Amino acid sequence: MLSALLVMAAVAIVLGAVLGFAAIKFRTEGNPLVDKIDAILPQTQCGQCSYPGCKPYATAIAAGEADINRCPPGGEEGIQKLADLLGVDFKPFGDDTAGPKPKSVAFIDESTCIGCTLCIQACPVDAIAGAAKQMHTIIAAECTGCELCVAPCPVDCISMVVIEEDITNWKWKYPSYALTPTQ
Amino acid sequence: MRVLHHFHGGIHPPSHKTQSTLLGIAPAPLPSRLIVPFHQHAGEAAKPVVQVGEKVLKGQLIGLPDGFISSAVHAPTSGTITDIGMHPVAHPSGLPNLCATLVPDGRERWEQHDAEDYRTQSAGELQQQLRMKGIVGLGGAAFPSDIKLRIGRHKVDTLILNAAECEPYITCDDMLMRERASEIAKGAEMLRYMVDAREVLIGIEDNKPEAIAAMQQAVRENGMSFEVVAIPTIYPGGGAKQLIYTLTGLEVPSGTLPPDIGVQCFNVATTYSVYRALAHAEPLLSRIVTVTGNVRQARNYEALIGTPIDELIALSAPLPDSSGYIMGGPMMGLPLTEVRVPVVKATNCVIVASEKLFPAPPPVMPCIRCTRCVEVCPVELQPQDLYWFARSREFGKAQTYSLFDCIECGACSYVCPSHIPLVQYFRFAKSEIHAREKEKQAADKARERHEFHMYRIEREKREKAEKLAAKERAAQAAKSGKAEPQAKPEHVSSDIETRREHILEIAQSHVEHTKE
Repeated sequence: MLSALLVMAAVAIVLGAVLGFAAIKFRTEGNPLVDKIDAILPQTQCGQCSYPGCKPYATAIAAGEADINRCPPGGEEGIQKLADLLGVDFKPFGDDTAGPKPKSVAFIDESTCIGCTLCIQACPVDAIAGAAKQMHTIIAAECTGCELCVAPCPVDCISMVVIEEDITNWKWKYPSYALTPTQ
Repeated sequence: MRVLHHFHGGIHPPSHKTQSTLLGIAPAPLPSRLIVPFHQHAGEAAKPVVQVGEKVLKGQLIGLPDGFISSAVHAPTSGTITDIGMHPVAHPSGLPNLCATLVPDGRERWEQHDAEDYRTQSAGELQQQLRMKGIVGLGGAAFPSDIKLRIGRHKVDTLILNAAECEPYITCDDMLMRERASEIAKGAEMLRYMVDAREVLIGIEDNKPEAIAAMQQAVRENGMSFEVVAIPTIYPGGGAKQLIYTLTGLEVPSGTLPPDIGVQCFNVATTYSVYRALAHAEPLLSRIVTVTGNVRQARNYEALIGTPIDELIALSAPLPDSSGYIMGGPMMGLPLTEVRVPVVKATNCVIVASEKLFPAPPPVMPCIRCTRCVEVCPVELQPQDLYWFARSREFGKAQTYSLFDCIECGACSYVCPSHIPLVQYFRFAKSEIHAREKEKQAADKARERHEFHMYRIEREKREKAEKLAAKERAAQAAKSGKAEPQAKPEHVSSDIETRREHILEIAQSHVEHTKE
């Protein structure tokens, strides 16, 4: 009887030690779910979800504080992916969220720009080049189209330009054909 | 006698080749203007290096290769550049692209060009020459040839010349071999020299006996040990991987390239232009184009790159009941929505269509899973499964079913009893997957930049706080230690002022030094 108890206790201690060691050794920093959600989000850092960036929104979703239908740049496809990841139902965009817009980049009218640097401070991805009292310009390849630079501009010289379809970004369309009934 | 291998599937569409081989290759007359696109090859577009209004000579460089996979573009004749701008080109989107418009002066004045013996140069130097001469694959994909010759650590044992020309209607390679076999053989020797191949095989479909005889004679006369192999006529026997299998029995594994298994493959027309580039220092300025279909006189023309298709077709006199135009063959070609587009390096054929030759496809019916597409697929894919995945936008599954091994030959669509445009679905799925990958890369880059942005702001805040703390400490020390508490803080508070004074001091001393 006593030996059985001792054996059980010893086994429990050994297993406990192993578990404790594993908990320290294989500790994951942060919530892995947050990273998975963040990987789906489009990284525009636009704040249209009412959170200050994609990562905070991902954290809020992971904590169950935010809905999955608050990211307009991600589109309905983004919502679908989040729904699949989290095992919840697809949810269309709510009335308080703006719908997805065509992809665009910011454009600075360089003749109007006064060089105030306010847009540079607003840009979440450092995609605006310029210095105080010098003309600013957008690095179009890095611009995510978040529109955060538009509001702070005191002279309204920033506009959003929709990216037009050209030969380099053209995609084959979903096949469509007339369904003619046979006689 | 070489043992030939039979790849899976394949079809036998009516060939329609005889009508355009009755007459020899004719030089197309100089058109009223030439429209030369800067993006005629796979990879990055060439960068324009001429100005509007500039007079150019025949063979003068007008577009510089820009990027690793890119190729040069030249003026096809002498004349004046009248415009550099967007112009309709042959592209499935129907969108315009950057082109130079050249009005010929009719004098065909060449730029100075001298060739050196290729044997005195290294493979690397020759590759650079081919890049600057704008040599790209003329079989249809227009992939820069110099990249295909950069085999790196691979050892290419077998060099294959692709002369199968399996697609119906097209006869440009056939006629080229009949008339210029010797140049092709010499070009093959140059390619063999560059990749240091042990053997050279020339694969020609057995429906071109004249071309086979011409090539055999040219090889014999030039004292070469190349093997001219007649291969069975079956579509798509001219696909690079299919031809390699037919001739050698080697399969190019998914996701790898022919040099990985010691083989490299070049089209015969490309080989001919390699010869012109290295033996005569001529850039790729013209190519053989088959004009056929619903025309009075089907024929092959040697047309300058940039010749407007409408002027080229007019030479063959299209019949009045013509209903459209196809660039390339009927299986993989591209219906043209606009006939003012120019001939480019990839233009091997222009077919004038009519209701009789190409009747409108019957209505599409549902897939009945008969798997006739599986029977004919030369890559041994499951087109019916890929079709369902593409249709329901399940792109991940399509990729696991090897969507990217599809060569878009159209054999599946050809045999489909429900007339489903299968290849259109596969192209749609491929381009969606590519677009998503691009978006993902852009998002990853934006995330990285945002994280750095946040880190930078954090760092600036910390540095500011540290500076403030240091100042405070200094002020405290001054208060408790010395008797003059007033002067110091004032001095420290205008930190920038002190720095400016310091810089002025240094500048002053520097000025004094130079004076001495």
